[in-house]
This record gives sequence, C-alpha cells and structure tokens, in this order.
Amino acid sequence: MTTALAAPVHGGLRNAAGDALTLIGRCIRLTRRDADTLVMSIVLPLLMMMLFVFVFGGAITTGGAYIDYVVPGIVLLCTGYGAASTAMSVAADTESGMVDRLRSLPIPGWTVLTGHVVASVTRNALSTAVVVTAAVLMGFRPDAGPGEWLLAVGLLLLYVLALSWSAAGLGVLASSVESASAFSFAMLFLPYLSSAFVPTESMPAVLQAVADHQPITPVIETVRGLLTGTPIGDAGWVALGWCTGLLAAAATFASWAFRRTTRD
Amino acid sequence: MIVEAVGLVKTYGGRRVLDGVDLHVPEGSVLALLGPNGAGKTTTVRVLSTLTRPDGGSARIAGHDVVRDPVGVRAAISLTGQFAAVDDRQTGRENLVMLGRLAHLGRARARQRAGELLERFDLGDAAHRRVGEWSGGMRRRLDLAMSLISAPRVVFLDEPTTGLDPASRATTWDAIGELVAAGTTLVLTTQYLEEADRLADRVVLIDAGRVSAEGTPDALKTQVGGERLVVHLLDPADRAAALSVLGSVGSSGADPHTVELPSDGSAEHLRQVLDRLHVADVRLTRVSAHRPTLDDVFLTLTARAPQPAPVPA
Repeated sequence: MTTALAAPVHGGLRNAAGDALTLIGRCIRLTRRDADTLVMSIVLPLLMMMLFVFVFGGAITTGGAYIDYVVPGIVLLCTGYGAASTAMSVAADTESGMVDRLRSLPIPGWTVLTGHVVASVTRNALSTAVVVTAAVLMGFRPDAGPGEWLLAVGLLLLYVLALSWSAAGLGVLASSVESASAFSFAMLFLPYLSSAFVPTESMPAVLQAVADHQPITPVIETVRGLLTGTPIGDAGWVALGWCTGLLAAAATFASWAFRRTTRD
Repeated sequence: MIVEAVGLVKTYGGRRVLDGVDLHVPEGSVLALLGPNGAGKTTTVRVLSTLTRPDGGSARIAGHDVVRDPVGVRAAISLTGQFAAVDDRQTGRENLVMLGRLAHLGRARARQRAGELLERFDLGDAAHRRVGEWSGGMRRRLDLAMSLISAPRVVFLDEPTTGLDPASRATTWDAIGELVAAGTTLVLTTQYLEEADRLADRVVLIDAGRVSAEGTPDALKTQVGGERLVVHLLDPADRAAALSVLGSVGSSGADPHTVELPSDGSAEHLRQVLDRLHVADVRLTRVSAHRPTLDDVFLTLTARAPQPAPVPA
C-alpha cells in the first residue's frame, strides 16, 4: 500500500518552513498544557508587582507614582524568567530522547530549537499582556502614543528573543532539567541588580557600577521612558546594542551547542 | 547490503568505545547487536543513525554515507532509543501525526498512518488521551509506532524491551515480527539473549568496542559446543555400566542419576545410544537433549583473557 504512493520529498525551503511550523505548534501545545509553568509565569510577576506597589512602594521615592516606575521592571523580570524556562523545556527534550528522535528525522537541525524559541516568545508576549493589563487596573498610567508602544514592544521582543536563544543553548548543554532551572533563578535575581525596583543612584558605588552597566538597566530605562515619559538619554541605543549583540551571540551559541552534541 | 559499516572507530576522552566495528546487514534481515553494558552497542547505533560522527571508518545506509549524506540516511531510517521518546502532554494520535508531518507525509497521509498504527499496536482506545496517563508498556509501543510512521527501510531499535513487563514485551516482539515479515530491515541492540535468539537472523557479539563473534544464533551456539544428550538413570548404581557401554565420549553428569555425551542431534545417534544401554540392561527414566543457549555463547565469548599482571616497580 505504501508503494502505491509517491515517496515523500525531503529538503528544500518549503519543507523546512513546514517542519519549523510543526515544531512551533508542538512547543506551543506543550506549553499550553503545562498548567503549572503557565500559572507560575503569570502569577509570579503579579504577586511581585503587588508586593512592590503595595508593600515596599510606599517607602521608595522615585519622584512620581511608584507603580509607573516599577511596571517596566516587573515586565522585564516576567519576560526574563519566562524566557529562561525555555532552558528547562530544551533540557527535558534532551533528557527524554526527543532531541535524538527529532535529529534522526530528515529535517534541518535548526528547526528543533526554533520551535522552542518561538513558543517562548509567544508565551511571554501573552503573559506580559496579562501583567500590563493587571498593572493598568492597579493604577499604572502610561502616557505613550502608538509609536512609543510599538517601539517598547519591539525592544521587549528583541530582549525576549535574545534570552530565549541563550536559554535554548544552555538547555542543550545542561546535564539535566534541574541544572537548566538555574538560568531561571539567575533571571529572577538579576533585575534586582538593575534600575527595575529602585533607582541605581540609591545603591552603593560598586553595585551601582554593576547595575548601570548590565543590559537589563538600559532596556528598563528605555521601556520606562517610552511608556511613562521619563528621560531616556542614550539608554535607547545602548539597549538596542545590547539586545542585538546578545541575540547574535545567543543564536550562534545555541547552534554551536546543538551541533556540538551532533558531532559528539 | 543495506547497512554496511567498515572499521568504525569512536573515541571519547581517549577511550576507544568503538575499536573497528564491521557490520553487513542484507536488506530484509534482522541483526541483533548483543553485548554487555558499555560494550559499544548504543554508540554503534548512534553512528549508523547519523547522531554521532565516527572518528574513523565509514558506514553506508541504503547507499547513503552517514557522514557525507546524513539527510539521505535519515530519510531511509528510523531510530527508537533506549527510553520512550514521546510527548507526555500530547495525545497518542497527536504524537504520531506530528512525526508523520515531520517525515513529510502530508497532513492527510500522516493522519491516516497514525490511525493505522494506533490500531496495529492496540492503542486505539487510548489514542485521544494524553500519553502522560499511559502505562510504560503502552508508551513503549507508541514509541515504536512513531518510528514506523514513515515506513522506513531500516529500523534501529536500541534495547526495545528493556524494562518492559512480560506482556508488553510479547506485544513488542509481535510488532517487531510483523515488521520483519513486511520486509523491513532491522538492527536491534539487546542484552537479552532470548530476544536475540527469537528475533535475529544474525547476531553480532560486541565486547569492548569490537566484534567478538558473529553468525546465526545456531552457528554461534555450535561454535561454543554442539548438542549434548543427558541420560537420566533409574538407579544411580547403573552409572558405571552406562559409562562403560558409552565408551570414552560418556561422562558423569552433575547429578549422580545422569550421564552425558555429545551428540550430532540425529535420531540415528539417539537410537544407537538407547540400544546400547538397553543391551547392557541399564534402565532409564528419560533422555534430554541440551542445546547450548546464547547465554553460554555470551559467557564463553565475552570472558576476557586474564589481564597481564602489573609489572612490579
């Protein structure tokens, strides 16, 4: 019965695009059905936001409504944490043998990680939308026009894309799902060493130097400026440089990591 | 030869995991790679299925070189690893259709094949449930079904029944049997001699990265030693009489009620033995024939030569 049908044709751009779509669909379906992670990626930033706005916010002076100051930071924390969980999904696929199964198929290798990365960006776009909506309900009043919203969303997408590729590469190299979760922890912690929750001028000199020169601070300053009108200065260009640089490095790193396991 | 490997070498951190493995598998046959843990069975399968690059030697599958034309190889093969690589959060049908799409069958054909395979592997009733809720045996069957979605010419199975309960093992063996009957070439690794004996046309014994013996299961058993007859005596006191009529070939069995002798397995030889014992008035309870098992082969051929003693300083 199989001989009566034309043999399937492999290779080519059309097939590659189809393969990528199939694997993106797979990862999105898996994410959608992973209730724990999904709830966590929305509930955690919401709790953090409430904690900072209602508990600490009163004691932090930022020269304006604290909620307007903190929401961009919360959004960065939320997307960073969400993107980092990609490392765990990739590690789980490696551990279960799914990566080997996919690699023994006549599909291009890059589609395997692309599925995870695109699913990660989609998931984070949704959780960010939920968090921003909740923020507006809690009193967040952005004054951005459509152009500024577009720029902010674009920069955040670039940031999430860069982090997702880094996470995918780390997931390939991680020896287990547990060790891959370390990246999520780092992304949960790093925003504290930035201007996410308090202005960096309030930190001791050494910490301030770290906070001012790590990539999260310029991204936050830019998003905050675009949404609430605080001065951006050259943070915009610095943020763009960091994000594109990180994206290029991360994608190179991820494909190197993936190929390394192939050659091994 | 649909699978042809010559002198495969793979080194990990200075250790030669594969040390010159040659394999020749004719189309439509079943080859079992038998060997203890760490012998190089899995590495051999990974090299043949393009997952691992060999450091030396070459291999061709269905005419495609595993290093120069991996996509050509992948289009002709499927691989089922040691652990069931299935998505717990997808249903059985979703898992199969996904693999079918990735094998470029097209949507309609992928669905059709998924339906056929679910029935064939007796998974139809569970098809719409998430695989996370399935039993280990069902997951393994799905794993195997996923490998067959593209009707591959060569199927690699890495320890297909390790960790399965006897019922699931039997179902898996039946499925493998059907596959072979349909003309698929199969290369499987196993630690179970019974499995190799039951499924394989040829067995390659791998030990420490080398092929230490090769042949049909019967030929390997003969290599270790031919068939033996075990004669069970009614009265152990007759043993001396029995040994004297059997001549120099007879020997005492482990049990005082038995004597043993080599046999060519023919009815004629058995008749001669019984005649002689009858004439000598040795009464018997029964006669059994013992063929060496692959276990005997395994133990005999993988017993390493004693390591040279370290030179004293």
